[in-house]
Amino acid sequence: MTEILLSARHLTKHFGGRGDLVARGLARIGLAKPAGIVRAVEDVSFDLIRGEVLGVVGESGCGKSTLGRMVAGLMEPTSGDITRHAAPRDGGAHKSGALPMQMIFQDPFSSLNPRKRVSDLIGEAPRVHRLVAKDDVESYVAGMMEQCGIDPSYSTRFSHEFSGGQRQRVGIARALAVQPEILVCDEAVSALDVSIQAQILNLFMDLRTRLGLTYLFISHDLGVVEHISDRIIVMYLGRIVEQGPSEQVFENPQHPYTQALIEGVPRLDRRRMVYAPVKGDIPSPLDPPSGCHFHPRCPLATDICRKQTPTLRETAPGQHTACHLVPAFTDKKETT
Amino acid sequence: MTDAPPVLEVDTLCTSFMTAGGEIKALRDVSFSVSRGEILGLVGESGSGKSLTGFSINGLLSPPGEVVGGHIRLHGQDISTLSAEQMRQLRGRRIAMIFQDPMMTLNPVLRIETQMRDALRAHETLTKAEARMRALEALDEVGIPAPAERLRNYPHQLSGGMRQRVAIAIALLHKPDLIIADEPTTALDVTIQGQILALAQTLCKERGTALIWITHDLAVVAGIADRIAVMYAGRVVEIGDVDALLDDPAHPYTAGLIGSVPARGNRGTPLRQIPGRMPALTDLPPGCAFAPRCDFATAACNSPPPMVGSGRAVRCIHPLTEVAR
Repeated sequence: MTEILLSARHLTKHFGGRGDLVARGLARIGLAKPAGIVRAVEDVSFDLIRGEVLGVVGESGCGKSTLGRMVAGLMEPTSGDITRHAAPRDGGAHKSGALPMQMIFQDPFSSLNPRKRVSDLIGEAPRVHRLVAKDDVESYVAGMMEQCGIDPSYSTRFSHEFSGGQRQRVGIARALAVQPEILVCDEAVSALDVSIQAQILNLFMDLRTRLGLTYLFISHDLGVVEHISDRIIVMYLGRIVEQGPSEQVFENPQHPYTQALIEGVPRLDRRRMVYAPVKGDIPSPLDPPSGCHFHPRCPLATDICRKQTPTLRETAPGQHTACHLVPAFTDKKETT
Repeated sequence: MTDAPPVLEVDTLCTSFMTAGGEIKALRDVSFSVSRGEILGLVGESGSGKSLTGFSINGLLSPPGEVVGGHIRLHGQDISTLSAEQMRQLRGRRIAMIFQDPMMTLNPVLRIETQMRDALRAHETLTKAEARMRALEALDEVGIPAPAERLRNYPHQLSGGMRQRVAIAIALLHKPDLIIADEPTTALDVTIQGQILALAQTLCKERGTALIWITHDLAVVAGIADRIAVMYAGRVVEIGDVDALLDDPAHPYTAGLIGSVPARGNRGTPLRQIPGRMPALTDLPPGCAFAPRCDFATAACNSPPPMVGSGRAVRCIHPLTEVAR
């Protein structure tokens, strides 16, 4: 049973391009170059299925955070749309006032208001949205804290009194307090130490089974994404280059970029590796290469890669790849 | 083992911070050695003292930090007793350092050429043209395309990976015996990290430079290091060959760290987590610092455990695998 909870179609986000009044004036009279457009996300489509963890990986500047912010509703897409298929949860347990989407941020130091006590940080939103009666807020907050592994007796403390891992738990409790269906986690464990990161990852998976949450899990850390995700999206310079079931993509990556990315990840079982890294730098999204964005760094690039933008095609069951050189799945079947 | 003394020998190094509230022992009895061409991975979580170890070796501690005990020997010569001026002569020439953020270590208002020339002229008498030649060679060696153009650039005109390459080129200028790299790839993307790791590896092996690679990422050292030292709360708790240490960890903390890293084959299953967190240095338990988080802790753990073993050694009363004494 796959129930699509949210679908994004042709999402595009451009930044800049207009400049302020002075810059526009100068550009008009030819004294300055017109401001460049950062193509952060371009024509990205995907579905989020209820109960799944959809991982988004990519390097800096690939647009993964922008994508997350658009999905969470913190940013308007330049074009394209996001549709949420709001079906009542089983048994109609979905209360009115609950917010369907919440975001968990990377830095638990700057995402919590330092002047508020934990009880307010967690309790304010459900109170304002009338999820709980005023008198019940205290016990509600205590329940949320317990659920996220924080001692409820700490509810009168300020966020600076907690360690990084504890703060991230407060951030998660705050997000869960409005009973969301979808959690957008933007590098939610990247700032944490390894042993703390494991604790938070376990908490995410535990909450998922207990509350039936759906995650959009954004990270640059392939190991973490592989561990937690059911399906993954690999992005490069604003476009999806590959998507598919997590296990399959990691076992059998089709796109040269995904292959290089997975090959280049240090792993515990790879000792005294001889690295054969991808050459060159990540191009600027201000001035992306023509055709396939990866072609200047791709060892297999041919003429068509320089001229034509590849589209996502099915290259293995359920796995889509945007590369001219990978034969489509149906073609393969015919030849065998 | 070779007869020559190791490039660097750190022997029961202790570093403390003399604060108004009393002495905070940040490093206690840290001992390890690095030989020619060897890469030692120094692993630990934040606050474990791994960066402080690098600073102590290099004499870069600033008050109230102070080395209060132990010896640091470079090719058998004790450098912990050297004066500040003698240390300055050594630093950059025989011990070089690479930091996490090359934007912080490169001067933003000077061209790359000026910075490299300054670094060269700090230890050698060279003409401008000679310095330029040496700088070009160094940039070429770390794989920077069009080095002549790059020399004229300012740091902000380079990408993160390129900046880190420049930092490495500067570290290599005087052909040092030892390079201390403090989280040099943490700020970089995966594909760029691969490039820097490959570079460090080949340079070390070709030139026989000893390298200490400080990081929080076990997976990175697994790929690059010959030996690993694991630090916890200011102490080395386990040291040994990469394969031995990662395949059969002896210290429960090392085992916990390895279990915490998501790896192939345990997808979707809960990660083995270490409960709690590292104690504050001001509030360390009397015995083994890891005891409060350890599954195997007994009453005996309330007295400090000794480091057992040579070569492969562990600081634990109840090691998970026997370590030869």
